[in-house]
Amino acid sequence: MLRDEDRIFTNLYGFDDWRLAGARRRGDWDDTKALMAKGRDWIVEEVKASELRGRGGAGFPTGLKWTFMPKESDGRPAYLVINADEGEPGTCKDREIMRNDPHKLLEGCLLSGLGTGACAAYIYIRGEFHAEAERLDAAIAEAYDAGLLGDNACGSGYDFDIYVHRGAGAYICGEETALIESLEGNKGQPRLKPPFPAAAGLWGCPTTVNNVETIAAVPIILRRGAVWFGGLGRPRNTGTKLFCISGHVNAPCNVEEEMGIPLKRLIEQHAGGVRGGWANLLAVIPGGSSVALIPKSICDTVLMDFDSLAEVKSGLGTAAVIVMDKSTDIVRAIALLARFYMHESCGQCTPCREGCGWMSRMMDRLAVGDAGVEEIDMLLDVSYQVEGHTICALGDAAAWPIQGLIRHFRPELERRIAARQAVRAA
Amino acid sequence: MSGNGRDEPFAFTPENVERAKAFVDRYPRGRQKSAVMPLLDLAQRQTGGWLPPAAIDHVADYLGMPAIRVFEVATFYTMYHLEPVGRHVVGVCTTTPCWLRGSDEVLETCREVLGIGVGETTGDGRFTLTELECLGACCNAPVIRVDDDYYEDLDADAVRRVLEGLKRGEKPAPGSSIGRRSSEPVTGLTTLQAAQPPQGS
Repeated sequence: MLRDEDRIFTNLYGFDDWRLAGARRRGDWDDTKALMAKGRDWIVEEVKASELRGRGGAGFPTGLKWTFMPKESDGRPAYLVINADEGEPGTCKDREIMRNDPHKLLEGCLLSGLGTGACAAYIYIRGEFHAEAERLDAAIAEAYDAGLLGDNACGSGYDFDIYVHRGAGAYICGEETALIESLEGNKGQPRLKPPFPAAAGLWGCPTTVNNVETIAAVPIILRRGAVWFGGLGRPRNTGTKLFCISGHVNAPCNVEEEMGIPLKRLIEQHAGGVRGGWANLLAVIPGGSSVALIPKSICDTVLMDFDSLAEVKSGLGTAAVIVMDKSTDIVRAIALLARFYMHESCGQCTPCREGCGWMSRMMDRLAVGDAGVEEIDMLLDVSYQVEGHTICALGDAAAWPIQGLIRHFRPELERRIAARQAVRAA
Repeated sequence: MSGNGRDEPFAFTPENVERAKAFVDRYPRGRQKSAVMPLLDLAQRQTGGWLPPAAIDHVADYLGMPAIRVFEVATFYTMYHLEPVGRHVVGVCTTTPCWLRGSDEVLETCREVLGIGVGETTGDGRFTLTELECLGACCNAPVIRVDDDYYEDLDADAVRRVLEGLKRGEKPAPGSSIGRRSSEPVTGLTTLQAAQPPQGS
């Protein structure tokens, strides 16, 4: 098990003081100036060497992303945007960082801002997190008062501002270009790429968008070194990760663990085990609603990291582990996700706008067996028509849970259809 | 309150003009359009929960935007209400993680206690009931959101207590209904049991 001294989020549950004084006691804002003095290149190289991968779902190497930012300004300012639009079903980790450890995020913004050459950070927080946005505002005010932010931040000679921007209820704004559109005062509809945000993002300026957990991990990586972070987990899957364990477990919880921890150990050690015991497990959605579920046979041995879960045709995503025991109506569980994506599709691309509705209605019928057996393959075919045919990944995210259901639970779908037909025939 | 009726004029109160200025100041000069979301939220709070056409026009004028662009934003995001709502908006999360832990029962209890269906407002104008997609508090499922607050770790009795409290004009304490601080395991801490360790060794 990860040792407490190797944890990043030492106030994850909020038992300690979230304010600046508490944060300083936990090691945040400790001679930040010295880290900044090592310079932009050092910061980027250290983050690259740590092999930190984005914690918002896609797992893109953070240091590499930062190298896409222009080294020299052409006159345009550059921006760091923090994606705090946490809305992937199952995911509730960034909320804990923002309300219990906000200074970890703020210090991360400053150091990452220097690493990307940004003059300011905008934290885009989902509108529903009202208390968390107020907490962030209060922490930012403390940091300005202490000279940690603003002109000559931390006495470094670098000027850096942080602002909070509240969303207003749209899952799609978790997509980075939709988020930028929203931040500019528009409907949150994703942009075509290229240009990528690093070339033309917020207000047409070079922009890096990173998840809350990613940025909050940066200060300790710089303090303790890439070697420390890279020594945790497995190659290309380094460091620690916040796991959100929900659903049919005895003790749902957020917990920080080492990347690559076996799923079974994660659930049994921290979440009190599956309700009714491990043998009562049906399936797990291991990385938030957008990834395919995995049945118990895979859960028995799979490791929780990007590459291990990709090997079983699922994904680590946001590391939101949704546990379903044998009492679960598995078809309805996925039908509710299909409804979610129908509701959240921004409507811009036809395959997603029409396909999500079609898939949702189809799933509602399959949940009660009101379909022909051949419609299972038709649904699968529609999911492939949506996947990969849209501007952003929401279409993929809508298709994958359904593909996972059909891959692992086709006999259950067929059973329901047969049962309904039998009732009709009687 | 101004702008409460459908055809009443709307203008920000002096206090909200100050707040609006502070929001606009968060963005670079010339990018005031970025403040449209916080300003719509401000307007909605001023009218008591919804955005009449006059409020949308006022925000458009304030930011120098075409009203249709502001209207687009107001229709795109689910937290803006284009029709009047009750004094309390009760939103029940029914996405899979909450559903696995009993959101059907939570929603049913809300219907019963409030005596209305989803999307409806009580006759006395005090409550509107809505169904919400994932609220991002899944380790504390099932959850509901009442106005700005989350109520977590609910069951039928806990929801009933929250709603009855609101009916009596009280404000029940938000957060976990079973005494959890946040999202720690209810059976006892498995990590961070010792004193907070120092960082940056």
